[in-house]
Amino acid sequence: MRIGVPKESAAGEKRVATVPEVVEKLLKLGFTVAVESGAGDAANFADDTYRAAGAEVVGSAAELWAMSDIVFKVRAPSAAEVALMREGSTLIGFIWPAQNPELMQQLAARKVTVLAIDSLPRQLSRAQKMDALTSMAGISGYRAVIEAANAFGRFFNGQITAAGKIPPAKVFVAGAGVAGLAAIGTAANLGAIVRANDTRAEVADQVVSLGGEFVKVDYEEEGSGGGGYAKVMSEGFQQAQREMYAKQAKEADIIITTALIPGKPAPKLITAEMVQSMKPGSVIVDMAGEQGGNCELTVPGEAVVRHGVTIIGYTDLVSRLAKQSSTLYSNNLLRLTEELCKTKDGVIDVNMEDDAIRGLTVVKDGSITWPPPPIKMAAAPAPKAAAAAAAPAAKKGHGHGSGEPMSVQSLATVFGIGALAFLLVGFYAPATFLSHFTVFVLACFVGYMVVWNVTPSLHTPLMSVTNAISSIIAIGALVQVAPPLVGAGGDRPSGLILGLAVFALALTAINMFGGFAVTRRMLAMFRK
Amino acid sequence: MTSGLATVSYIAATILFILSLGGLANPETARRGNVFGIVGMAIAVLATVLGPRVTPAGYAWIVGALVVGGSIGLYAARKVQMTQMPELVALMHSLVGLAACLVGFASYVDTSTIFPTAAEKSIHEMEIYIGILIGAVTFSGSVIAFGKLSGKIGGKPLLLPARHWLNLAGLLVVIWFGREFLNAHDIQAGMLPLLIMTVVALLFGVHMVMAIGGADMPVVVSMLNSYSGWAAAATGFMLSNDLLIVVGALVGSSGAILSYIMCRAMNRNFISVIAGGFGTGGGAPAAAGGVQPAGEVTPISALETAELLREAKSVVIVPGYGMAVAQAQHTVYEITKHLREKGVNVRFGIHPVAGRMPGHMNVLLAEAKVPYDIVLEMDELNEDFPKTDVSMVIGANDIVNPAAQEDPTSPIAGMPVLEVWKARTSIVMKRSMASGYAGVDNPLFYKENNRMLFGDAKKMLDEVLVALKS
Repeated sequence: MRIGVPKESAAGEKRVATVPEVVEKLLKLGFTVAVESGAGDAANFADDTYRAAGAEVVGSAAELWAMSDIVFKVRAPSAAEVALMREGSTLIGFIWPAQNPELMQQLAARKVTVLAIDSLPRQLSRAQKMDALTSMAGISGYRAVIEAANAFGRFFNGQITAAGKIPPAKVFVAGAGVAGLAAIGTAANLGAIVRANDTRAEVADQVVSLGGEFVKVDYEEEGSGGGGYAKVMSEGFQQAQREMYAKQAKEADIIITTALIPGKPAPKLITAEMVQSMKPGSVIVDMAGEQGGNCELTVPGEAVVRHGVTIIGYTDLVSRLAKQSSTLYSNNLLRLTEELCKTKDGVIDVNMEDDAIRGLTVVKDGSITWPPPPIKMAAAPAPKAAAAAAAPAAKKGHGHGSGEPMSVQSLATVFGIGALAFLLVGFYAPATFLSHFTVFVLACFVGYMVVWNVTPSLHTPLMSVTNAISSIIAIGALVQVAPPLVGAGGDRPSGLILGLAVFALALTAINMFGGFAVTRRMLAMFRK
Repeated sequence: MTSGLATVSYIAATILFILSLGGLANPETARRGNVFGIVGMAIAVLATVLGPRVTPAGYAWIVGALVVGGSIGLYAARKVQMTQMPELVALMHSLVGLAACLVGFASYVDTSTIFPTAAEKSIHEMEIYIGILIGAVTFSGSVIAFGKLSGKIGGKPLLLPARHWLNLAGLLVVIWFGREFLNAHDIQAGMLPLLIMTVVALLFGVHMVMAIGGADMPVVVSMLNSYSGWAAAATGFMLSNDLLIVVGALVGSSGAILSYIMCRAMNRNFISVIAGGFGTGGGAPAAAGGVQPAGEVTPISALETAELLREAKSVVIVPGYGMAVAQAQHTVYEITKHLREKGVNVRFGIHPVAGRMPGHMNVLLAEAKVPYDIVLEMDELNEDFPKTDVSMVIGANDIVNPAAQEDPTSPIAGMPVLEVWKARTSIVMKRSMASGYAGVDNPLFYKENNRMLFGDAKKMLDEVLVALKS
């Protein structure tokens, strides 16, 4: 089958869906590749390079679309491009089916198959190699910092020079998704002090691992919305979050916002007042420009200065790094092609049984197959693992390891049974027994309290020392060896008792001495 | 010594015993705790011997018995290998059980005690009956546990057909003869039911421990520990001795808590562990029909392992029973020491049921001089795995099985495990691809970031150490 790579028609789009390096690999999979003349120019890939890699360079878009069985695109096709599509052919690229219902209808009408790279089920681990959203987000995060550095009038890293001391720039990153994390890593590598926040608490570790500092919102709520995205938070949380942002805005030199919620306009995190409170010369890079922006003053697609603060709302950050992003994107497509063509015979098979392929396929032979059914395995284990992790943590907090407090019902049952048992004992047992019983019950409680405090690493010594202590049973033997006989002890089989008692005593002595000695030996080994 | 003075001494001993257990809260105070225990025991024994209930006629016997038993005990304590600790502890439990039996019989045949009322006599006899029952179960159970732990008896659970019914029948027999025993008019008449019950109890102890598999041993050992305590407490009731009651209760509850902790660490019900076998269904492999792990295992050589360790910044070592079997703890320490000198952050992750008794791994590592502050519990370490470069699993299987979290149909689903697979690379040292005790295949081996180092743990670690040093 022939793969066609047209020149991107969207204004300002510099990327190309396939780079020469990948062309070679596609040829090895048995495909032939046709590239529209000038497709790679903006990303510095010349037609000659494509030719050298083995691709056929075609003069016009119309010709290319007509001859291709599979078309690799970056941006969603324009109406004109859709009109060029051949019936039965396959299109792979960013489609955004939720945002582009009309396009979906047009595509379906052309009786084609469409794989939307943005609809990849990202929770499948084997999908990671095809995850173009991630690779593009990483690039935009990097570029956001570069744009900020460009607009910012100072160094990022702190320096002490002969000409004076330079404080490091303070960067605040809102949203620690892939783009946010890339921005954190890049800014930290440039030497800035980086702080970051995300509604999903689990990313805190990742922020720290990249050299950032995680700023918590002073409010308890978990913000994971499934599939690696965040969800809309409650009013109380948003209030606390606004306060935190206001504080960060006053301190930071550079703010990079990446907060997106799928299918919704971007949340307005940075208000006009916050921009006003920032130091003159500060920079805001709003990476959510395309969805309306995280800052109230953002002008999507442009860099503007408001209240002395440069607000960058570029929506083409990825395109500004065209060579890098084209390379990564075409690698993602190559991986996808490998999945589609497992036989390596140059023919693709859109296998709808495969979870990853099923998720990607939004139009199949002219019928719309989006949205896909939820993937079963993905949702179940995640909350379970979280619960498993949370439970031991809660237990630790309790001091005694007894875990979560018992439910009222089971507590009542336990107390009920206990009360009944005590009632029976109290009713029938004689007084002497009761006094011993009191001691016994109290001792059980003392034992319970004391033993919970024992550190798990000392469980073996605990066992050997309790073992040694249980040889207190020697007392029982001792009092039988030679008791003072009073009254009617005449027919007492003293010899037999003496024998039993002495034997028991010898046994417990083994335990007593051995137990303490071995505990001592063990404990001596525990050292810092 | 008057009776009042003896009682006061007993109180002092009791307090010392409580302090002794309390001291074990951390390794620094633990040594002092042990001394408290010794002092408490000395006070208790002296107060009894010098007290009103022992006449000088018995002194020679007592000293003789203490010297003989004491020297055997000290000798054993000096000679025992740290890897044999579980066996030793089990054996010692059996001694307590046997002693409790003997004291019970002696108390029964003793006619010198007079009871003012019939109720008190019945209670006394009941106490004897229960004391001997617990003692006998402890004794035979511990002996079997010793046999299993020392390898003299196979580790596989012995599952008799209708074993639950056998146990139930045993219980009914014990209750029936208990009635006979209480109704007996004189000692001769009561002796037969008492002996029959003892035999039944002994058989029950054997049967119970025989039905429990090797990896459930931590629960058994701690449960027997608990029983030996209850046996002492029962003896205390029998002899109206509060000290025995208190200490018995302390030991009993300590063992019970340990059993509980162990069961929780395996996410299993105490009853199902004691009832034997794995899982309530009995047939474990059949239940493993969930998700069969797919993929290939990637073997690694000792040389490559050394390479990985050398380049790592943070290493977590997870030891299991395999390390104890291979006696590899000293080599592990050498490797740890070497890596730490190079600035690598090496830590140990201990699963509560790793090994054959609670805290087994900690003792082995302590013996090998691994500092205890780098030996961490599962809960302390689990969240650090994503930041760990290399996690090394030495002779452990089920405690690092991701199926416990990922596969709800797995027989070990829900059991807390060490999440070694979250580290950048995990290395599993294993003799072969055999399944762990639970008979569950381990998807960890097939993970992309996992490497298998096949061979005897000691031998492979020695090779790793040589490679590290070169």
